[in-house]
Amino acid sequence: MSGLDMAIQGGIWALEILAIAVPIALSVAYITYFERRIIGWIQVRKGCNRVGPAGLLQPLADGLKLVLKETIIPARANKMLFIGAPLLSLMPALVAFAVVPFGETSLFGVWETPHIMAISNLNVGLLYVMAISSLSVYGVLMAGWASNSKYPIMGSIRSTCQMISYEISMGFGLVTVMMLAGSLNLTDIVHAQAGGILHWYMIPLFPMLIVFFISGCAETGRTPFDLTETEELVSGYYTEYSGMWFATFSLAEYGAMIMISLLTSILFLGGWYAPIPALDIIPGTVWLLGKSAFLIFVFIWFRATFPRYRYDQMMRLGWKIFLPWTLGWIFVVGVFIYTPGLDGIIDFWLAWR
Amino acid sequence: MLETAFFNLFAGLSIFAGLGVVLSRNTMHAVMFLIFCFFNAAGLFFLLDAEFLGIILILIYVGAVMVLFMFAIMMLEVNVSKMRDNFLQYLPLGGMIAVILMIEFVAASTTGVFTEGAKATAEHLAMDVNNTKEIGQVLYTKYLLGFEIAAIILLVALVGAIVLTIRGRKDAKYQNISKQVNVRREDRVRKVSM
Repeated sequence: MSGLDMAIQGGIWALEILAIAVPIALSVAYITYFERRIIGWIQVRKGCNRVGPAGLLQPLADGLKLVLKETIIPARANKMLFIGAPLLSLMPALVAFAVVPFGETSLFGVWETPHIMAISNLNVGLLYVMAISSLSVYGVLMAGWASNSKYPIMGSIRSTCQMISYEISMGFGLVTVMMLAGSLNLTDIVHAQAGGILHWYMIPLFPMLIVFFISGCAETGRTPFDLTETEELVSGYYTEYSGMWFATFSLAEYGAMIMISLLTSILFLGGWYAPIPALDIIPGTVWLLGKSAFLIFVFIWFRATFPRYRYDQMMRLGWKIFLPWTLGWIFVVGVFIYTPGLDGIIDFWLAWR
Repeated sequence: MLETAFFNLFAGLSIFAGLGVVLSRNTMHAVMFLIFCFFNAAGLFFLLDAEFLGIILILIYVGAVMVLFMFAIMMLEVNVSKMRDNFLQYLPLGGMIAVILMIEFVAASTTGVFTEGAKATAEHLAMDVNNTKEIGQVLYTKYLLGFEIAAIILLVALVGAIVLTIRGRKDAKYQNISKQVNVRREDRVRKVSM
């Protein structure tokens, strides 16, 4: 490979990364706008409607405000880790998008075989996503510890407990998907669900869909589980952060929310396939993004509806309800796959037999 | 060429991070260096086409084990001067281990195992070889007994940890969630005639 080829390849990679990272940053900005409007609508009030037409420029104004704000570093804080913590939490949130397949395209018939629209079509894509998302704990832990202040450390300990607890039920939920699809590759998992809504994994794995989505809600610390950033803790692990560093934390949180929505659509809701095969003339990316947008709406809907969990209730839900449920469902799926007579039922969804 | 460059990068960074673990004064920094070291080790696994092992290393060690480490360390008050006091006490033992390791390394490198040509150079695996599948197949057939024994040891350790720490205090107050959920309005609200 000559130097020029390598440079071209590097340029293509850079473009691919930008093509995913820039829309994510923009959609995070506008998800905050829609969140405020939707919650306003649910609570019968206006939401933000002053900056620009219908308040559409509000996210840009917010961003500008956060950039212009002074960054304050507490005197007794551990400077290196204090500055590193927001980066440590943003990095995994963005890196996880590298394996997400956004659809399949033949570029309007230019290519003969359809290509997968992902930066990297990893064989172990699902494990990669799990591994990377488990890293977001460090940003939270570091932020709490480096601030050298009591509320952040309490918030970060709560957050970490929550993330560790719900990661386990999330992982076990994914095991059932692997058992049906017979692959860890996200593209293969979507292909296994081809052929209309009845083939989607939300039918045989409905309880796992619920467990996965609620666990995702807890992972990202969204509202019913936002006890890590409550008023009693003065907004938890990022109490001491201001300006752009604070914005970095919320960018990571919303990025993780988009990621969970995309993953739920890919794993349980048929990815880029339409509910009826005849509707597949609409590009798959539209379907995938539409499903994810609906799930993001559900996140916001949760926020407007549910009161906050208490700490012990949150731990109980994770360990005593979700964990037995997921373990039980793994057992049920296993029994169905390997019992003669019962395997006829599950063969409809089984991709590998 | 590119592969050698990446090997040198990962290996060099993991040695640097390993030194950082031992030499940094702040225990929190030491933990961060250890995490960085695991990352580079995972990178070395990727270079060997063992992407499953690399990802599992990150998932288990970085994602789970080190978080618990950090939890424990966050709670400690680290007194640096006290640690210095014990330095001389540990010096003979540490020095002895270092000398033994040094002798072993020298002995191993002089036996000729590492000479050019003696090393087996493995071909890269084809793209369609699925590492996860291969490991699973060997683990659940050839090494099934060992795998099950390891699983049982882990289970015993799990139960043991719970048995050792559970105290079962009878006087402690606890909440009965199903009772809380099943509460009706009539149980709590009472109309008082004034």
